[in-house]
Amino acid sequence: MNPSSTQPSHTAQIALIGNPNCGKTSLFNRLTGTRQKVANYAGVTVERKEGRLQLPSGRSLKILDLPGAYSLQATSPDEAITRAVCLGELAGEARPDLLVCVVDATNLRLHLRFVLELRALGRPMLLVLNMMDDAARRGIQIDQDLLSKKIGLPVVTTIATQANGVQGLLQQLDLDWQNWIVAPETSKTDQSQPDLHQPDLHQQVRELLAETVSMPALTDQRDDRLDRILLHPVWGLLCLALIMFMIFQAVFAGAAPLMDGIETLFAGISDLVSAQMPDGVLKSLVVDGIIAGVGGVVVFLPQILILFLFILLLEESGYLPRAAFLLDRLMFKSGLSGRSFIPLLSSFACAVPGVMATRSIQDPRDRLATIMVAPLMTCSARLPVYALLIGAFIPAQTVAGLFNLQGLVLFGLYVAGVASALAVSWLMKKIHRDRTEHALLLELPSYRVPSWRSVSLGLYERASIFLKRVGGIILALTILLWFLASFPAPPDGATGAAIDYSFAGQLGHLMAPIFAPLGFSWQICIALIPAMAAREVVVAALGTVYALSGNDDLLSQQLSPLIADQWSLATALSLLVWFVFAPQCIATLATVRRETGSWRQVSIMTAYLFGLAYLMAMLTYQAAVALGWG
Amino acid sequence: MLLSELPRDVVATIVSVDGLGADPIAQRLRELGFVVGEQVRCTAVAPFGADPMLVQVGYTRFALRRTEAQRVHVQLTENRQ
Repeated sequence: MNPSSTQPSHTAQIALIGNPNCGKTSLFNRLTGTRQKVANYAGVTVERKEGRLQLPSGRSLKILDLPGAYSLQATSPDEAITRAVCLGELAGEARPDLLVCVVDATNLRLHLRFVLELRALGRPMLLVLNMMDDAARRGIQIDQDLLSKKIGLPVVTTIATQANGVQGLLQQLDLDWQNWIVAPETSKTDQSQPDLHQPDLHQQVRELLAETVSMPALTDQRDDRLDRILLHPVWGLLCLALIMFMIFQAVFAGAAPLMDGIETLFAGISDLVSAQMPDGVLKSLVVDGIIAGVGGVVVFLPQILILFLFILLLEESGYLPRAAFLLDRLMFKSGLSGRSFIPLLSSFACAVPGVMATRSIQDPRDRLATIMVAPLMTCSARLPVYALLIGAFIPAQTVAGLFNLQGLVLFGLYVAGVASALAVSWLMKKIHRDRTEHALLLELPSYRVPSWRSVSLGLYERASIFLKRVGGIILALTILLWFLASFPAPPDGATGAAIDYSFAGQLGHLMAPIFAPLGFSWQICIALIPAMAAREVVVAALGTVYALSGNDDLLSQQLSPLIADQWSLATALSLLVWFVFAPQCIATLATVRRETGSWRQVSIMTAYLFGLAYLMAMLTYQAAVALGWG
Repeated sequence: MLLSELPRDVVATIVSVDGLGADPIAQRLRELGFVVGEQVRCTAVAPFGADPMLVQVGYTRFALRRTEAQRVHVQLTENRQ
């Protein structure tokens, strides 16, 4: 007797399994609600979702939402995990006591093949026909009893998007499922010879469908009509541009007041704490280290939430793969894939949600390439820096009777970011050792009305991942930077700015000769160190170095004439170019660490971006000096 | 003819798939339903270079790059749908 199949004294573990787009995750959300834990499988960046579910009898079950897979012959890390869990080969992961096999009732031709492949494992199994509302709308009739008899497994129907749509499944799970096994027919499935079984499974599915399902039309009329517009070479691209424009507007316009609010709130808290505490190191740590650090984490939330609201809506509705379809060719030529587009576009707002959004790219190589170039997209944190430098150095004159020169320079900086991202990804593809062909093979699912429940759970998940996993790293590094900028304290009777005497100041002086070919003064070098926290901090840091005080707007106004007087145009241009490339953002680096699970990738990214920044800024400075702008 | 050469909205039947055993992409195509005897139809092409193409097989639509579709050999079906 198999010990794992006896009625277990521990809480039984069941697993949801099925093809991508079968509505498995909606079903999981419906069954578990907020009683779910999201983490990664050990050693890989595949998401592990586990939850608890309460049966009508009061018994509770552990339920695992396995990554979507088309086959046990894995072609992606997601599918490899699903395979390993099903076969009980994944270290530290118990083999599920029951496989709950979820299929889309409108897409049985594809989904039943996987069911038959899983059935051959000889494990307790239950077949769930999901999306029965869509099937009814399209006039699809399924003889459930006959299908159950033919396939040898219990069959239940669900509508995961409706509150009472999973009652049948819950009742079924309360039964004793130990004998829901179909004995392998002749010999055991030989995993090394999958090809021999392939045509058989397809043939079996055809026969099953012929006997048990009547389907008025192969496709959904609604999908056909929508696709005629949304995939049209002209209208499709226009719609895509419009959707992207709306998202961009919402992220910029919607997030800004919330971010201002959060900044004001944290400024208020730090004032309050300042007033209560005696001056000293502890106060400085609490106010400039901890409160500023926590504020620096929370301030990203509005952008992350707004952006992911749209991404989740697009994903749930089935539009996301269509955007990838439209743009795949363009992205593929530069070494990326169609799926890279949304994460890269998101990175214009902020690379942190952009890098998090790369989870929708299944192929690990494409995903890494996308993550690597995401920081080159001009994020909104660069704007205050660009505004300060452009305002101080570029005259507001009209060019060609139409364009504002300041606007042109800003536009040029955006273009430089995009062009270098494409060049870097193209180069990465060229020098990559792995030259195997990576397939697109992308399913375009039926359009669906997004479920608010799934969208809000998804948002909650993103936010908590960011706060828990990324927040800690950001906070720690912010405190480290605070330490560098505050110690040692200036000696009595010191005349210069306090930061000048600190470790950061000493580092800045050490760096000055290295950055001389870029035209950076020691003041700039010092300001670059605290600006590792976030690019926009450079404005405040320059203020500190030049011993100015006041809020950011006031600082900008005071700094502008000061640096215009002290720096050459060549230095200003060089610093602008530096900020196009330099990875001056520990939040991004922390997110990359979290998403790739590897400090090595973080080091590679940091090194190549600093290298590129140094090289390009030096070229800019030297060219500008040669032009007489030094 | 190759699936990659199939004009839009013409129904064809799959006669063979290249790369048996060795090629993971061909393997995956077969798992997705690109098997001998199955009917296919190209329902849309992407705006840039008409690549990738959208292929209906069974009840499902897949976006395939032309190089992926080259693995599938098809024959035009006599009576169009």
